[in-house]
Amino acid sequence: MSKADRTTSVSKQTSCQTLTPGKHYDKIMSVSESDFNYIRELVLERSAIVLEDGKQYLVESRIGQVVETEGFDTIGQLVEALRKNSHNGLQSKVIEALTTNETSFFRDIHPFEILKDPVLPEILKSRENTKKLNIWCAASSSGQEPYSIAMLIRDHFPALLGWKTHFIASDISEKMLERCRSGKFSQLEVNRGLPAAFLVKYFEKNGATWSIKNQLREMIHFQQINLSMELPYLPKMDIIFLRNVLIYFDIETKKRILNQLRSILQPDGYLFLGAAESTINLDSSFERMNYKHSGCYRLKR
Amino acid sequence: MRALIIDDSKSIRTILTEILAGIGFAVEEAANGLEAMALIKKEKVDLALVDWNMPDMNGCEFIQEVRKDNAYKNMRMMMVTTETAINKVAEALEAGADEYIMKPFTREMIIEKLVLMGISISSAPK
Repeated sequence: MSKADRTTSVSKQTSCQTLTPGKHYDKIMSVSESDFNYIRELVLERSAIVLEDGKQYLVESRIGQVVETEGFDTIGQLVEALRKNSHNGLQSKVIEALTTNETSFFRDIHPFEILKDPVLPEILKSRENTKKLNIWCAASSSGQEPYSIAMLIRDHFPALLGWKTHFIASDISEKMLERCRSGKFSQLEVNRGLPAAFLVKYFEKNGATWSIKNQLREMIHFQQINLSMELPYLPKMDIIFLRNVLIYFDIETKKRILNQLRSILQPDGYLFLGAAESTINLDSSFERMNYKHSGCYRLKR
Repeated sequence: MRALIIDDSKSIRTILTEILAGIGFAVEEAANGLEAMALIKKEKVDLALVDWNMPDMNGCEFIQEVRKDNAYKNMRMMMVTTETAINKVAEALEAGADEYIMKPFTREMIIEKLVLMGISISSAPK
């Protein structure tokens, strides 16, 4: 291949979408104050996620994409359709656009290192008799987090594959769950945080799409869960991942979510929050473990 | 830490140099594997970002040569290439590459891979 034929480019932007072929938006989107207020009330009501002042740019970039795909010319037109409820499913598309977060495989690496040692070895030891393990990856977005955990388990703890394991990955967005279930990723996505050895071992390439092998997809049960509502029945969890999610909720909702997590976390289980998140002033029953940057919590004994 | 960018495209070398210099590396450049071999014999290199398709000595051949010599056992190498077939990724790892990135790349992708390779960039400026 000659260099002239190459399409190599580099972007300083963090979003993969800036490089995704076919996703180019020509229309310049701006949101009025009243439309912004309408959208944030809708998002608050439907998902309990708070869009603070100054997040207009987020609405413009995320909702701008829905405007394009749904055939509107402006955000104003889209909000008008929302007010009249004239477009079937439009509310859900707007909520999904604003609640879907960028992620990568083995994001922030430290929680996965802690999972590898000491968390999973400890659990292997303490559950030796029952051989039961329950993991919940809440807000799994497009699937990189649960599949990272699945790869780690398969690679380093093959003994767990013979255990009775419930590995649940959930998200508020059915669209995201469909993506998770499909296990399909773009080249840009598998370039992010995924060890090359895992790419070779656990993926197949079909055209431009990289697909997770069935042996990993079959490890995970994908389920729609809205964290701001009452949780459906879930088994007692040994490990819960809820990383970089609480930051989007108001204080009362954070407390409610942590209260629910407390009731389903095993007394010796582990909760992983984002490194910058904390239970301080929200729930005094958790204590942060002294594991570097991992956001790892346990219930106080 | 000293890094070496090996790519026959001047523009790619410039972009990668900017990224690595921005996170605290002293950066050298080479346009092919032979130039790179000559350079690493003269000065210690901790990290090499290696293109695959280059004249004279390609990136995979360079990595194989480096891995034959115990003097370079601590050098970390990452392939940065337009080759996207899964057997190419496997071939590069077999040759001795520590990591692999498919072009196009972003600054964040490079940094995430360096973290995976155990290279500390925590004090690096954004």
